[in-house]
Amino acid sequence: MSDQFSAWQLIINGDAALFAIVRLSLAVSLSAVALAALIGMPLGALIALTRFPGRSVLVVLLNAMMGLPPVVVGLAVYLLLSRSGPLGAMGILFTPTAMVIAQTILIVPIIAALTRQTIEDLWAEYRDELTAMDVSPAGRMATLLWDARFSLLTALLAGFGRAAAEVGAVMIVGGNIDGFTRTMTTAVALETSKGNLPLAMGLGLVLVAIVLAINAAAWGTRVWSERQAG
Amino acid sequence: MRATVSDLPLVLDGVSVRAGAATILDSLSLSITPGAPTLIVGPNGSGKTTLLRLLMGLAVPSVGSVSWGGRTESKPVRRAFLFQRPVMLRRTAAANVVYALAQAGAPRRERAARAAALLERVGLADLAQRPARKLSGGEQQRLALARALARDPEILLLDEPTASLDPAATRGVEEIVLMAAQSGIKIVMASHDLGQVRRLAGEVMFMVRGALCERAPSADFLDHPSTPEAAAFLRGDLVI
Amino acid sequence: MASRLLSLASALAFGALASLAPASAQDRSIVVASTTSTQDTGLFGYLLPLFKAKANIDVKVIAQGTGQALDTARRGDADVVFVHASSQEEKFVADGFGVKRFDVMYNDFVLIGPKSDPAGVKGKDIETALKAIQSKAAPFVSRGDKSGTHSAELALWKLAGVDIAAIKRPWYREIGQGMGPALNTAGAMNGYVLSDRGTWISFKNRGDLEIAVEGDRWLFNQYGVMLVNPEKFPSVKKEFGQAFVDWLVSAEGQAAIAAYKIDGLQLFFPNAEKKGS
Repeated sequence: MSDQFSAWQLIINGDAALFAIVRLSLAVSLSAVALAALIGMPLGALIALTRFPGRSVLVVLLNAMMGLPPVVVGLAVYLLLSRSGPLGAMGILFTPTAMVIAQTILIVPIIAALTRQTIEDLWAEYRDELTAMDVSPAGRMATLLWDARFSLLTALLAGFGRAAAEVGAVMIVGGNIDGFTRTMTTAVALETSKGNLPLAMGLGLVLVAIVLAINAAAWGTRVWSERQAG
Repeated sequence: MRATVSDLPLVLDGVSVRAGAATILDSLSLSITPGAPTLIVGPNGSGKTTLLRLLMGLAVPSVGSVSWGGRTESKPVRRAFLFQRPVMLRRTAAANVVYALAQAGAPRRERAARAAALLERVGLADLAQRPARKLSGGEQQRLALARALARDPEILLLDEPTASLDPAATRGVEEIVLMAAQSGIKIVMASHDLGQVRRLAGEVMFMVRGALCERAPSADFLDHPSTPEAAAFLRGDLVI
Repeated sequence: MASRLLSLASALAFGALASLAPASAQDRSIVVASTTSTQDTGLFGYLLPLFKAKANIDVKVIAQGTGQALDTARRGDADVVFVHASSQEEKFVADGFGVKRFDVMYNDFVLIGPKSDPAGVKGKDIETALKAIQSKAAPFVSRGDKSGTHSAELALWKLAGVDIAAIKRPWYREIGQGMGPALNTAGAMNGYVLSDRGTWISFKNRGDLEIAVEGDRWLFNQYGVMLVNPEKFPSVKKEFGQAFVDWLVSAEGQAAIAAYKIDGLQLFFPNAEKKGS
């Protein structure tokens, strides 16, 4: 990437390297959100709807894990995926796949904890009706998750925000390889360390603008859906 | 149609329900049999809601037993319940009824058509695609009835369903309830409105402080109550 | 409706994952653990496309400090190591992690300091300069990250007769980061820092800093390249890694290194052993 131009000029000129970085950032973080949703939403709903010994401890733990430090998660995943580590044979260290895995681990607690709270609150309202209709446990989870979809969308956006903003995990497990695992956040870190502060700031603002656009799109989707379904 | 094992007679045998130190129902023994609608009346706190929930299986007795058609364990396959404020699922009116049909085991191919028929029956055909949460109170209660009827119930239990509705909406609900009664569904309904009792009831169960004070055919109860508490209640006095 | 959305979401998730999945073992790429100076100066940005055009091999560079790069290779997570700390590199080979060490190029270190020169070191030799900095307790930034530059810095303190480890020092700041942050920090606190010339030339945020000491023979900085030992780590891409090593020390690679300039200034000076043809 040319250092002489500001980040915005790069966009206007359609700089290929910048677009590759943006594309990778979105691919990694959106994949992580999708995976984390597939894992975290049923998990959160399950905890919300079942009673078992140690449940309160699990809830506190889950809430606390929302604050997992990204760099620690990155280090843990690195040690797992390193050739000297247990999963080294998979050979996925320093690839976007490893970055997705690390970010998924990071945001599953966020999505699960927020889902749990949302579903628990909704269950209080729906409990009588669903019990009277003799809905199965799986059916309850599905019904509540679907009816809570607007609140859950906010949980997804929280997870996405966390993933798109973090640099510690993707730096360690991705290696910030030029043209391969460089994301917006690692690019900002790199340009800062090289002393290219205006470029770094520009890249940072581009990232913020993209996240803003995604949130606006989510808002629009919600407004439209609410008109359809109430 | 599903295998028909009947939930009737619905029998309470020496049932008490306690919550902490308070006794909500006190040694209640009664039985519900097929026939004309049974209306449950009584002052607030007399245990009407708890009784209905017991009959549905939503509450369990602290003492005594509840049996449906002789069985003490019975999934609510052919029972339906209407709450005073129904919870609408966050989807269209038609989708709500389809949901109820799906829960009741209706085959997927038939659901749309049967939902349409049910909406027709409760007078909501025009509002089928409206988001259910945007319906008025009366419309929501009628939708709840459509959901209840989707279960093809043998017994329909209703807990003061028109308490929050205006007269026009109340009439709409009562018409559907009467129609259901005429088609052979056993209605058990708590009510606060003596006029409603007169319009709908075959028999009346009058409750005071967790006990069944009087039980009689509706005309007898309303015109010639046999207990002083019932007489006081009918006069409009506070029965403490 | 809900179930259809769910299956769509799963399909999207797996599709996205698949698109991110690394290519099979047939893909022509290697991982090179190197230092921040070779990356930040833009040398790799210049060299790697040339190598790719020649050998059709993608070189994925992980830029870390020398110590970290060697650690990465010791875990088997790199195919080639390209760093600048000869003694550490020799140990790496002696311990069996590297096959053989080859000289590739050198640049030199420069002592960077504020224009105001509080320790009065400008133009002196490096020994005298460091002694002066220590006696005047002028602010000094150390990378403190086991990098090649850090090793060189420690060796220079030793040369100047200063036991830097023993001194309780508010003026000596170890930041544990790369060359860029070290220069940033030195600029911010008007202090001195040892840098490689290449990074200094390409560093944009100079503030009030300038070169204080240069040209001293002790400031010579040698870069070496090693193939990670495939006997220790069978996953090492032996053939492709060796091709890269061979290219770096070949006449072509050496010429490319010499040709890399910023603002007309050559950053790195090739000095591989010339092979008989």
